Amino acid sequence: MTEKPLIKINKLNVEFPLGRTLFGKTPMLRAVNDISLEILPGQFYGLVGESGSGKTTLGRAILRAVPISSGEITFDDSEVNYDVGNLGKKELKNYRKLAQLIFQDPYAALSPRMTVRDIIAEPLEVMGLTQNREETDARVREIAAKCRLNLEHLRRFPHAFSGGQRQRISIARALVCNPKFVVADESVAALDVSIQADILNLLKSLQKQLGFTFLFISHDLSVVAHICDNVAVMYLGTLVETAPTKKLFSNPSHPYTKALLSSIPSLDPDESKKAQKLEGEIPSPANPPPGCKFHTRCPMAEDRCRKEVPQWRELSEDHYAACHLV
Amino acid sequence: MSLLSVENLYLQFDTDEGRITAVDDVSFELNAGEVLGLVGESGSGKSVTAKSLMQLNPSNSVYGSGSKINLELENNVVDVLSLKKARELEIVRGGAISMIFQEPMASFAPAITIGNQMVEQLIIHTSLSKKGAAELSVEMLERVGINEPHKRFFQYAFELSGGMRQRAMIAMALSTKPKLLIADEPTTALDVTIQAQVLDLMKDLVKEFGMAILFITHDLGVIAQVADRVAVMYLGRIVESGPVREVLHSPSHPYTKGLLNALPKLDALDEPLTPIPGDIPSPLERPPGCVFHTRCPEVLADRCNSSVPQHTNVGQDHFTSCFVVDSTGKSA
Repeated sequence: MTEKPLIKINKLNVEFPLGRTLFGKTPMLRAVNDISLEILPGQFYGLVGESGSGKTTLGRAILRAVPISSGEITFDDSEVNYDVGNLGKKELKNYRKLAQLIFQDPYAALSPRMTVRDIIAEPLEVMGLTQNREETDARVREIAAKCRLNLEHLRRFPHAFSGGQRQRISIARALVCNPKFVVADESVAALDVSIQADILNLLKSLQKQLGFTFLFISHDLSVVAHICDNVAVMYLGTLVETAPTKKLFSNPSHPYTKALLSSIPSLDPDESKKAQKLEGEIPSPANPPPGCKFHTRCPMAEDRCRKEVPQWRELSEDHYAACHLV
Repeated sequence: MSLLSVENLYLQFDTDEGRITAVDDVSFELNAGEVLGLVGESGSGKSVTAKSLMQLNPSNSVYGSGSKINLELENNVVDVLSLKKARELEIVRGGAISMIFQEPMASFAPAITIGNQMVEQLIIHTSLSKKGAAELSVEMLERVGINEPHKRFFQYAFELSGGMRQRAMIAMALSTKPKLLIADEPTTALDVTIQAQVLDLMKDLVKEFGMAILFITHDLGVIAQVADRVAVMYLGRIVESGPVREVLHSPSHPYTKGLLNALPKLDALDEPLTPIPGDIPSPLERPPGCVFHTRCPEVLADRCNSSVPQHTNVGQDHFTSCFVVDSTGKSA
């Protein structure tokens, strides 16, 4: 890897307090556990995992939307170099222009009392990126056209739009300030398949046009497989495997990745993948198992897995996994 | 005769904006031991169709005069839509028909233990004593793969994980030995690994109990794995229906083809995703003629927007309603 990463995460931990105790230490829930990851400029990076795996928390930590407990995240686009964990007030304001978030639910993300034009223009006004109304309008129209919204749409209120159109509005709002880095958190999960394909194609083409770097968070492996260049798989707050998409899907090495892949219902009724199915459920992150966190459900678990935390190892070029047995 | 037959079901809702057509001339049959998948996007009318079978639609619903839903039980045929009194409706609400929903947290009462809820419905629908009902409930919880069923029996819904709740829901729905189980997106809220477990469980239970399942989902992969036959709905109409293998391997309606092309497939990563153009029209602006013509890539200029296509047989037990398809199943 010769290119300098845009986002570099080093031994990141994010913890949330679990209630309060009068004496002694407050019990902590470790949502993100010792994660190191690099995202190169221009990458379409996928982050997959089941609910409770910490994928959303990781995405939000990169955006400084949750406090970081330890470890560091750096953002370096050759113009600015930020230590995301220790941003001053002014730097944080500037960082918000560079890093943006697209939400899951387009019904909840848009204010019902603002017109689409005002919704898209709001970030520009709040961040003071434009001098006057004409300039704001021009920027709004430009990004709206890229997201396939026409002038007629800009005058209306969100309730007049379908789910797919609303998601295009929230994409326009996130991209209007020309961010360098965008996190999309389950951005197509609430959409019907025919619309989902449309939004995925739009995201891909926007990324090519505008050249930003993407972190795409999803629970749906087939979606991630189609749109991302690189994939990281999370389980209970830790990374279990990362690789370029094609490598990961043709040659998954961690037992959890294998199980996830074989759990996807196949479109072929004659192809029932019973062999690899996982037993049990994801343990509570408040009380994670010792050793390898996956050992309670792993079909291959040995004694060592119950005691030792597996090391993060490079299996082949750009293909990493944390498992004692691979 | 089959267990369930729905004929020309037509359902409208009275709303402030006018009458909305939710189900338009839907007919299908379901045999004992058979799993029929009902697929469609949001707003296609699949849940409303299923709720009609138990008369669970809200009071502003208006059924068309020719609509018929017949349920064949051992000694008589029940005309579901003619049931009026609460006592009579018990036959279809939890008696011969049970239903499981998408969000198990919302379908269990939060302040009553799982056990009490299971016992309550058994006492209403069977002649079991309270003790017998409790025993059967624990046995059912064990059957659906819940460990420590005795402990779970006394717990509340919030104490169980999502997958466990859905298992408990299934146990509850099956404890009255229904003839027909309606499953409305039962695995949509679950993670894939848990979804796989629940789907396997449901397949085993069909074999064991021999009931029929009406399985509603938007996920064609799930349909492929559980259903014997599939009906594809769009804007209140069944546009294609047939054996699941045939429909998925050789879809004939442009909408079914569109759905399959829009789906990201793991074995064809380089193929581009092809969305169906446009959005589902609002139910207030229902297109005339074929309901799909506004988004159809194969639309015929003067035909599809004026008259409604009838069912064309394209294979055994496999029909499509589309003008473009002739009886060989190929596009004309």
